[in-house]
Amino acid sequence: MAKLSGFGGRLYSGEISFNIVERRKRWYSISAVFIIASIAALGIQGLHLGIEFKGGASYTINKASVTVEQARASVENIGIPGEVIVQKIGDSKIRIQTGSLTSAESQAIENALTSTFNVTAESIDTQLVGPSWGKEITKKALYGLIAFLLAVMLFLAMAFEPKMAIAAIVAVVHDVFITVGIYALVGFDVTPATVIGFLTILGYSLYDTVVVFDKVRENTKSVAANSKMTYSQAANLAVNQTLVRSANTSIIALLPVGAILFVGAGLLGAGTLKDLSLALFIGLAVGTYSSVFIAPPFLAQLREKEPAMQALAKRVAARGGAPVVAEVKPARPSTGSGPRNQPKRKGRK
Amino acid sequence: MSTPTKPMKTSGRPVRALALLAVIIFGLLATALIQGATSVRLGLDLRGGTSVTLQPRASNDSNKVTSEAIDQAVSIIRQRVNSLGVAESEVTAQGSGANRQIVISVPGDSGRRVVDLVGQTAELRFRQVLAESAALGGTSASAATPVGGVSAEVNARFAALDCTNPANLQGSGADSPSDVIVACARSGASKYILAPAEVLGRQVSKASAGIDQQGTSAWYVMLTFNGEGTSAFGALTSRVTTLPSPQNQVAIVLDGLVVSAPVINEAIPSGNAQITGSFSQVEANDLANVLKYGALPLAFDRGEVQQVSPTLGADQLEAGLLAGALGIGLVFIFSLLYYRALGLVTVGSLLIAGLLLYLIFLVLGGAIGFTLTLAGIAGAIVAIGITADSFIVFFERIRDEAREGRSLRSAVESGWARARHTIIVADMVSILSAVLLYFFAVGGVRGFALTLGITTLIDLIVVFIFTKPLVTLIAKTKFFSSGHPLSGFSAKSIGKSNPASPLEA
Repeated sequence: MAKLSGFGGRLYSGEISFNIVERRKRWYSISAVFIIASIAALGIQGLHLGIEFKGGASYTINKASVTVEQARASVENIGIPGEVIVQKIGDSKIRIQTGSLTSAESQAIENALTSTFNVTAESIDTQLVGPSWGKEITKKALYGLIAFLLAVMLFLAMAFEPKMAIAAIVAVVHDVFITVGIYALVGFDVTPATVIGFLTILGYSLYDTVVVFDKVRENTKSVAANSKMTYSQAANLAVNQTLVRSANTSIIALLPVGAILFVGAGLLGAGTLKDLSLALFIGLAVGTYSSVFIAPPFLAQLREKEPAMQALAKRVAARGGAPVVAEVKPARPSTGSGPRNQPKRKGRK
Repeated sequence: MSTPTKPMKTSGRPVRALALLAVIIFGLLATALIQGATSVRLGLDLRGGTSVTLQPRASNDSNKVTSEAIDQAVSIIRQRVNSLGVAESEVTAQGSGANRQIVISVPGDSGRRVVDLVGQTAELRFRQVLAESAALGGTSASAATPVGGVSAEVNARFAALDCTNPANLQGSGADSPSDVIVACARSGASKYILAPAEVLGRQVSKASAGIDQQGTSAWYVMLTFNGEGTSAFGALTSRVTTLPSPQNQVAIVLDGLVVSAPVINEAIPSGNAQITGSFSQVEANDLANVLKYGALPLAFDRGEVQQVSPTLGADQLEAGLLAGALGIGLVFIFSLLYYRALGLVTVGSLLIAGLLLYLIFLVLGGAIGFTLTLAGIAGAIVAIGITADSFIVFFERIRDEAREGRSLRSAVESGWARARHTIIVADMVSILSAVLLYFFAVGGVRGFALTLGITTLIDLIVVFIFTKPLVTLIAKTKFFSSGHPLSGFSAKSIGKSNPASPLEA
């Protein structure tokens, strides 16, 4: 740990520096691959929606002696239309999921279960979701998402600057896409708890980005006057200086989420805790990545388009300072076999 | 939003800030004690119970779902649920304006009855009376003579029906409008065989109680039907008015119970009817309300029914608490390993934050009926990370300042001035997302949003009036200011090897 601290100090001073901002094309391509894969997965497989979204019924019996076959037989005898999914959860629970049911059908299932397995109706954990309900909560979640993005953009534009707000939102949208894509790809169930997780990720990813941008803003405040660094270089320094902080905050955030995931998946088998923490765990990881590798480079790209910043880049180049982006690789002596292997070695010296 | 750099102003009063924190804690504690709140109220998913979410929809084209209609529906449903006498049942509308859902939560095992009670739209219906008798069931009752024109099965049910048994007065509401039914009077005084419904509650457009100004000063109920209702009620009344008693009576049936069964004196083709009788003011108003309730412009789709058994509730509570303990334990270990003695400040701050959260849950439970759900617990656990983040932002800033060559005491103050801005902006984003989630969401998501919002506010409070003052105080001690290897501020751990930052001109 102490070594890591010293590492932080060297990052801060600029002694060690990763060219994160300048290598934006690499990060963009990585993200582009993920996003294309996400869109493909969404298009081909789609999301595996829980009954809360598509409507349906779920009954959980807590009785060790009941087998999956028995439960299936007792439900199928009633003649419920559509697919019936019966699964074992943990050691002693059986969950039966069906499509949308009428009141009479759900009553019939309950009667069958109570009489066949000798349990009381009160001890069966039941969830019935109407077919139109899912549309309603999906609509609400989307409205919430849009309102949230607009409000945050406005707030960040006021607290920082408009271009930072744009870059932060780009990073957030990136996170949502990739997280949703992973869900489509792996086929995890999407439940309201998952949606809560997604929405929380938005807030958290922004929190991370805000921490980095705050430093970027500080470093770039007088960058034009000093003529020592281009905007991109100053932004890159800020990213490096906050790298330890980003790593620590992410670890600290992932620890409790990991604990929920462990307990939720391990002890309860399924349900709110697992769905929520899984979404959070994936989203936090993606969010940390975007706050370091997507948001700052994108911001720098936006700002470098400004005439003042281009003029600055020319002045810096003329003064013999560090060359601008395109000339980084050829300008430095190469020790490796090719430019692609360079950055890591150079970073560690 | 520029950051004012007045470090000395805040550093002067760390003790005062800590005293303020103590006042807040004791204030919350006192409030909780006055309210008599001794434990956090648990949601249904943690202690077992049933919750039903109803989605309002217009019952016909001419009516719209309005905010008032929803408020009215909430109060009616609340009355119905309360009539079951289950402690701590709740009926609330969630969402905003006309776009709200009604959520009914009933703890414990009795939840199923509630689902049955509120699940149906429970419409008001007008049915012709076919037979009426005293309330008692069994063969000894006067109803032993079968009623003509009614199936033997119905006659048997009628004979067996005992309206003095309270179980039969709960309003099953399972009456199909097209069936001949047997029903008790709501008072329990008599029982009826009733013909299929001919007029429905939604065909009533207006109902009110009034007093006869002319002479008798008797209370009566005025009711007005809409177009459809006028013709149906006209046909019904013109047919029954000539029949012998009790077939000349029309029963007003709500939830499967006969509210009133007035005799029809004449055919009423105008759509305006007056129900007279020996009503007291209260009775007249009640009947008018019933007629209005039946005329409620809303029907409901059962959006979601969730029943959690007490066993599952206990399991979920245990899992939530275990996850919380594990999560906070891991954060403690990480903080202590990475920040050494400074990590103790994180541990202390998180404990204070936890205490504040518990007290606020207590107070909110008493004040607004806040209940802690599994999603809420998850929100609180996630918030551990967000709260600890603030400390990391602060500590790393102090280290940054120390790297610039400042003494620890001045690094704390200038680091704080800068970290403060970051923390406020980042927390504002968090609060923004919590508020929006709260207003856009229903059910579990709201519980999560509320907890997240509260914990973020607590984070702000704790970092301002506990963490910062505490760091100011310990920065004065020799252990920290001399950069002891275990303090978290040693030259080695912050890497003060190269004080000339590229940013320094």
